[in-house]
Amino acid sequence: MKLSVGWLMEFVPIPFPKDIKEISTLPLRLSEDLTNVGLAATYSGQQPKGITVTIEPTGAVLAEGMAIDFEITTNRPDAMNHYGVAREVAAIYGLPLKVIEPKLPSAAKAASSSVFHGTTEVVPFPIIVEEPQLCPRFSARVIRGTKIKASPVKIAHRLQLLDQRPISNAVDATNYVLWEMGKPTHVFDMDLLEGGRLIIRKAKHGEKLKTLDGVERTLTSEDLVVADGKKPVGLAGVMGGYDTMITDKTRNILIESAWWDPLTVRKMSRRHGIHTDASHRFERGADFESTILSCDLVAALILESGGGELIGDAIDVVSKKMDQAPVVLRLAEVQRILGGNLGSGEIFRILKKLGFVTIPEGQADAQIRVHIPSWRLDVEREIDVIEEIARLHGYDKFDNTLPTYSGAVVEAPNAAMDATFRARALALGYNEAVSLTFISHADAEKFSSAKVLELENPLSEEASVMRTSMAPGMLDMLAWNLNRDSENVQLFEMGRVYEMVNERVEPSRACLGATLAAVKGALPVSGALDVSKGEHAAAAEAFRSFKGDVENLLAAFAHRELSFDRETAEYFHPGRSARALMDGAVVAQFGQIADEVKSQRKLRQDVFLAEIDLERLHQRGLRTVRFAAPGKYPAVERDFSFVFADAVEFEAMRQAVMGLSIPELRDFEPVEIFRGGAIEAGKYSILLRVRLQSDDGTLRDEQIAQWAEKIVRALQGLGGVQRA
Amino acid sequence: MAYTVSKLTEYAAVPLEKSVAECIRACAEEASAVRGDDQLKVFRDRWMGRKNGILTQINDLWLKAAPKDAKRSIGRAVNEVKAAIEDILQKAELNRLELATGTPLPNELADISLPGVRRSIGAEHPVVKTTNEMVRVFQKLGYSVADGPVVETDYYNFEALNFPPNHPARDTQDTLFIAGQQAKPQRERLLLRTHTSPVQIRTMEKMRPPIRIVIPGTVHRNDPPDASHSPMFHQIEGLAVDTNITFGDLKGTLDHAMKEFFGSSVKTSFRPSFFPFTEPSAEMYVSCFICGGSGRRGVDPCRPCKQTGWIEILGCGMVDPNVFEFVKDNGYDPKKVSGFAFGMGADRIALLKYGVDDLQLFFNGDVRFLEQFV
Repeated sequence: MKLSVGWLMEFVPIPFPKDIKEISTLPLRLSEDLTNVGLAATYSGQQPKGITVTIEPTGAVLAEGMAIDFEITTNRPDAMNHYGVAREVAAIYGLPLKVIEPKLPSAAKAASSSVFHGTTEVVPFPIIVEEPQLCPRFSARVIRGTKIKASPVKIAHRLQLLDQRPISNAVDATNYVLWEMGKPTHVFDMDLLEGGRLIIRKAKHGEKLKTLDGVERTLTSEDLVVADGKKPVGLAGVMGGYDTMITDKTRNILIESAWWDPLTVRKMSRRHGIHTDASHRFERGADFESTILSCDLVAALILESGGGELIGDAIDVVSKKMDQAPVVLRLAEVQRILGGNLGSGEIFRILKKLGFVTIPEGQADAQIRVHIPSWRLDVEREIDVIEEIARLHGYDKFDNTLPTYSGAVVEAPNAAMDATFRARALALGYNEAVSLTFISHADAEKFSSAKVLELENPLSEEASVMRTSMAPGMLDMLAWNLNRDSENVQLFEMGRVYEMVNERVEPSRACLGATLAAVKGALPVSGALDVSKGEHAAAAEAFRSFKGDVENLLAAFAHRELSFDRETAEYFHPGRSARALMDGAVVAQFGQIADEVKSQRKLRQDVFLAEIDLERLHQRGLRTVRFAAPGKYPAVERDFSFVFADAVEFEAMRQAVMGLSIPELRDFEPVEIFRGGAIEAGKYSILLRVRLQSDDGTLRDEQIAQWAEKIVRALQGLGGVQRA
Repeated sequence: MAYTVSKLTEYAAVPLEKSVAECIRACAEEASAVRGDDQLKVFRDRWMGRKNGILTQINDLWLKAAPKDAKRSIGRAVNEVKAAIEDILQKAELNRLELATGTPLPNELADISLPGVRRSIGAEHPVVKTTNEMVRVFQKLGYSVADGPVVETDYYNFEALNFPPNHPARDTQDTLFIAGQQAKPQRERLLLRTHTSPVQIRTMEKMRPPIRIVIPGTVHRNDPPDASHSPMFHQIEGLAVDTNITFGDLKGTLDHAMKEFFGSSVKTSFRPSFFPFTEPSAEMYVSCFICGGSGRRGVDPCRPCKQTGWIEILGCGMVDPNVFEFVKDNGYDPKKVSGFAFGMGADRIALLKYGVDDLQLFFNGDVRFLEQFV
């Protein structure tokens, strides 16, 4: 919203800088000072048509052409116009505020109207309000015999400076008054109003109204309209009708200035998708006491430019008074909320300057009865008045203090676990990523069986549901990198996934999860176990490398046994993926991404993905460390070289050897795997190593030999053949 | 003439001493001539070699050959020789090391200008990092971390925060709604929280005053992504309620927190604003931590603060009494308690702090961007 500096100065005599060349310092200072009382203003310093400074015979200086940009918060419709801002300027600088007075000629006598609410009251035009709750006040003025033409230059220029398009003197008059003092008005071509009256009523369902923007709108019975004897002629407080608008031929004008129920205007504005300067103000609350004044100002402007005759007195149908009860302000409350030590003198001064009427009450002015001005519908409570005092006093003038505190500090239950998880992932070389929480329907179906939370108003189909899985987001990020030739990518993300649960009991659920992903090339390959030639061995080694990272992450959390199976989702590679289970409960699935998914997402490289259930890990808590003394006596290692059928997995060997319950067996690990060469197809050779150590003494050779024999027998039991 | 071990002919003290001294002297002389690893090995083998080293020969020719009654004194002499030789050898080894560091051979020279083999270290996400740093500032002031759902009800996101149904202030929130909620009463309808403020209500429902909480979290709005907008972003919210909280406390607390976060030289300034759930409401600015508040960087205008010297950081205010009314039964009688609340955008602060010019960089996982934060 732009406002003109020259226009503001019409109402409040802001002093010019001594050197008129420095004139741009005035809007700069004004912007800063207005921002400091809550009317956010910026002055760009650009004057599209230059600045015109004129000195009037009275000595008053006028400067046109400078506009300040405002962003007025929704609670301050009173400041969305020049007079309202001038009032704040007057309050800030302690300057007088000029009273707005329309210059109206004396009116001709109105013709008698025969029927009006059953009386024979003389009114220029009958107004019948059928909805007094929604239209508590409707004022109007009648002008006859005027001429429609272009607006005077001053008015046109001022509107243009605010980016408003001048149309004609009558239409511009309403627009000018809106920007001058904030009250929206409307002008009708009175000769096009049928039936000789206006009725404020609910629309009939299906009734049509072509609005000023040329759009024909179908009304509902919820809509409030201004109608003539036959048809709707305006959507109340939103936009006037096309068929009764001012044209070149218009001679007789009815000026409308009403106070509309804010909620009704807002609903209509939304229902019909029309947002106008008028609806913007009405839905935030217009000044109830300004209906006649605004009518008169519009009338004065039309008469001045187009001539004609004012007919009768202002029409003013007041169905309901606006209830603005005075507020009792206690000085103790001011102190309790704001702190510091504001004197009652300052409080009186501020409130008076803003148009509040203050009546001291109680001992030593301990409280003040504050009457609220009609343009401040946002001020209803004591705290609202306190805010007025604080903002005009100046926020920065209050001393900075620190409160004492006697409450307890509660640790976030999962903070330490999340920090440990993050620290480990970072240490393993994974960069932390954050992706958007939306995914497409297609991805939701592919990556999860959970019921989705669908957005009512999504940004796009690609972002139409809340993610039920973090996998698609992670794969998108991998693809983003690979498409930009970043090949060594390792990423992790911690976040929430969402699902619709029982609509009645617990509508939605958010599970915490984490993903970890790496491009194959980024995984460390040192110390390969499988030394066979060929890509399968290399891929198995990459899987093992990635598994090690997953194991390192999971190892931070308390568990007795970590086991793995192959029950992974379909989007994983069937041979190189696994589920991790802690004491039987699934905590992760990970591995290479299925070729199909890879090609769908145009991933050129093999990628590895892990999905980790952080919520399950949270339930387990962090592993607590218990010290175990390193053995005092030397450990002995023994290697065994075996050939097994492919179907025999290492886990079977581990279980068989561990099952021997040799207390001195400290470790059992694979050292080397080989396929091909002298090993027949369908079999592989594996070098296994055991580490034996006793707490009681140095191991003797014959003891070791006994155990070795047991181990060999156990491995033979699995079909293994020991190599020489 | 190189030293050779001769058989002892006399076992009396004086000639024995002479033989010992002769042996040690010879060893020391030879040691002084040792250069490099190869010579050291030769020297070690000659004197300490297990099979036929000089020390072994001495053992055989002196001790083993000695008559019974002389064994005791000969043993002592042999031990003396052994200790001396070991000592000389150790010194020779050290000597050799010193020589090595002094004048290395050409093939011993590593090119120390070659880049080191750096194992990759992951980088914490800049928004997470910023959030954690800010949260720690408030934790030090006695604030507990609170949390709440991202998928919220209308009640918590709006109504209980004093946004009545159909209030124009709701327009400013650009809310993303969950589909299929029309059949429910408005307050139960689900939406994506547009701010972290609902957690204020949820926490006050659970905990009686006094409270101090800081709430980091994800929020969503219907803003198409561009350099400064994202439909998902992150906020850090704070709330303090007690019997004695004033507007001065709000200012003092935030001023302290900003000095801790941005450095002790930043200043804060508060300007009036409007939020339905606070009154009085304010926007807090900090003096520009890029240009130090001058509005200029050298001869160039400072862009982050648009040359004003101030950067808007957060919205705040005293908790509106209407908000307390919703949790009055849990001890939040607005006549007895007062409080302040604040909320800031973690992404925006990270943008400013690191000079990032495009918000989208935070959310596409580009490692070329993320790696810079290691």
